[in-house]
Amino acid sequence: MSDPKMITFTQAYTQALDEAMAADPTVVLLGEDIGDKEGGGVFKVTAGLTQKYGAERVRTTPISEQAIIGAAIGASLAGMRPVAEIMFMNFITVAMDQVVNHAAKLRFMSGGQTPVPITIRTRTGAGTGNGGQHSDMLEAWFAHVPGMKVVIPSSPADAVGLLRACIEDDDPCLFIEDGVTRIVKGEAPPANHKIPLGKAHVEREGSDVTVISYGRPMQDIRKIAAALAEEGISVEVIDLRTISPLDTDTIVNSVKKTGRAVVAHEAVRSFGVGAEVVARIQEFAFDSLKSPVLRVASKDATVPFARTLELEFLYKGSDIEAAIRKTLEEK
Amino acid sequence: MTSPKAYSPEVLLNIYRTALKIRSVDSGVRGLIRSGNLMLAMHPPTGQEIIAACMGECLEQTDYLVTIYRGLHDQIAKGMPVKKIVAEYHGRVTGACKGKGGPMHITHRESGVMVTTGVVGSGMPIATGLGWASQLKGDNRVTVTCFGDGATNIGAFHEAMNLAAVWKLPVVFLCQNNQYAECTTYEDATASKTIAERALAYGENMVGVSVDGNDPESMFNAMRKAVDRARAGKGPTLLEAKTFRLSGHYFGDPSPYIPKEQMAEAFANDPIVKVREQVINSGIATADELDAIVTQFEKEFEEAVEFAKNSPFPELSEVTTDMYGVA
Ligand SMILES: Cc1ncc(C[n+]2csc(CCOP(=O)(O)OP(=O)(O)O)c2C)c(N)n1
Ligand SMILES: [Mg+2]
Repeated sequence: MSDPKMITFTQAYTQALDEAMAADPTVVLLGEDIGDKEGGGVFKVTAGLTQKYGAERVRTTPISEQAIIGAAIGASLAGMRPVAEIMFMNFITVAMDQVVNHAAKLRFMSGGQTPVPITIRTRTGAGTGNGGQHSDMLEAWFAHVPGMKVVIPSSPADAVGLLRACIEDDDPCLFIEDGVTRIVKGEAPPANHKIPLGKAHVEREGSDVTVISYGRPMQDIRKIAAALAEEGISVEVIDLRTISPLDTDTIVNSVKKTGRAVVAHEAVRSFGVGAEVVARIQEFAFDSLKSPVLRVASKDATVPFARTLELEFLYKGSDIEAAIRKTLEEK
Repeated sequence: MTSPKAYSPEVLLNIYRTALKIRSVDSGVRGLIRSGNLMLAMHPPTGQEIIAACMGECLEQTDYLVTIYRGLHDQIAKGMPVKKIVAEYHGRVTGACKGKGGPMHITHRESGVMVTTGVVGSGMPIATGLGWASQLKGDNRVTVTCFGDGATNIGAFHEAMNLAAVWKLPVVFLCQNNQYAECTTYEDATASKTIAERALAYGENMVGVSVDGNDPESMFNAMRKAVDRARAGKGPTLLEAKTFRLSGHYFGDPSPYIPKEQMAEAFANDPIVKVREQVINSGIATADELDAIVTQFEKEFEEAVEFAKNSPFPELSEVTTDMYGVA
């Protein structure tokens, strides 16, 4: 057998957009600097797509986040499937009204007449030395708005499949790309790979403890679970893939089996996705729990600039391993 | 008030001296990044020095500045000590913000550098608040908010301009039009021919002016007028300073989207070279004297780097301090 083809996360995003545009002429892209004339996006995700599909379908916009999301919503009401790029996640805050009061709610408030099939792609993550306004993981904010779907991939193949699913989905999806691992490679998926939204992925089966995560920490968890297996500790690893709607069944079934759980995310600790997962576990698997469910997260602080502080701010792989061991202390 | 009222050869020399200081720090920092001695997302102000220098020449130390990620020139011109900036760039505790803010988030109250934002357009509404406070307190301060051409396409620009006009706030909206917003040209993103003409929409309290920002005399005179107008309580000005970004959007950006001829022409018109001729022709300083000034600034930059490198990193506990006054 020949070696599988490897692609980066960035190539995966491009592949998904390319396939979606080829498959459906209503898929259009808009965002700052995304056209080929501007170099195909600051992170090159849209590079080459203007040449392939024309400048009508790949629209560079002014720096106008409200107009970007608003125009995406409007076009979607009239039959298009827009994919909007917001360069950094923090800048979505400029367009919160469009996202929260309109994209997420128009289907409901119109009694089902006006669904909003848009995808918002954005990028974020601490660890790049960009400081407080370019690094936040805000996924919980959007998951807290009923009507939004929130998706974060943890491998290039998943990135392709999940982004395709977001674009085909009839509701507004926020697709979050990690800035630090964007050049990490993984096996390329077959053409037209799609992964259903709202389903978590049991990536590794185990019997002692369940680790639930998504996005960047999955890179750490894969290694930790493999290393612990050598010691005879059997870790079940669940990648949420979709944050909202959250796949309660997969989480609960796993914890009923293992009796122990750790939730890990890069976002700051308080009021986050971790809290929601822990709440569901205690609501639906309380009787199976052998020890408290633990959270691993970044510190409750603004992302600092100095490299030393930024590393101190971020969750660490060693924190995840320590939390796993701690859940196992109680027999 | 100590800032000069009228343009003169002395003013020209002051402006040029500040511009040289900015260029020496700018190229010094770029040198450190290039040689691998500093890891930094840097947005160089190269080519925009005269604008900032004229601004600095028209302001008092007590006046307020709100600027952007591309703000090194504005901060220096406002009087920030270079070593405070350089130490912040190195993530050291002796930096302006203890290493916690970084290059896109420089604050130095003592010099009136109140906010540096990395979010396009967000400084303008804050500037109206600073101006409002000055109006309430009657403290006679002026606020200058710097931003790029691209920032005028964000909603916050409209809201801040309108508020400043209806409330007649002592604010100068200084748009540094360098013809690009990241990789996008002015024409592809902006519907009006000039930024200044957008002022028309805000009634007679707002004045719109467009000048060649790289020409010290026009820039100084326009800035002087806008600052005086604000201080006199006559209202805000939208001052468009035309210039060119003599670098990529960030240091390391190869900028393939800028036509080679356009870049070559801009370099041929580098204001640091052009204005040097003006200064020498005015008789206020000789070439040798100017060279000595450059040498002095280069030395000061080296000292700032030494200061930074000899300074400690912040304590790790700083990650969670400064989140609240009283937690
Ligand atoms: C709200 C927001 N959107 C997008 C960005 C990304 N971004 C950073 S600088 C920039 C271009 C700004 O251009 P301009 O206002 O002309 O200022 P210049 O960089 O040319 O000085 C963009 C799009 C941002 N920082 N904030
Ligand atoms: Mg610009």
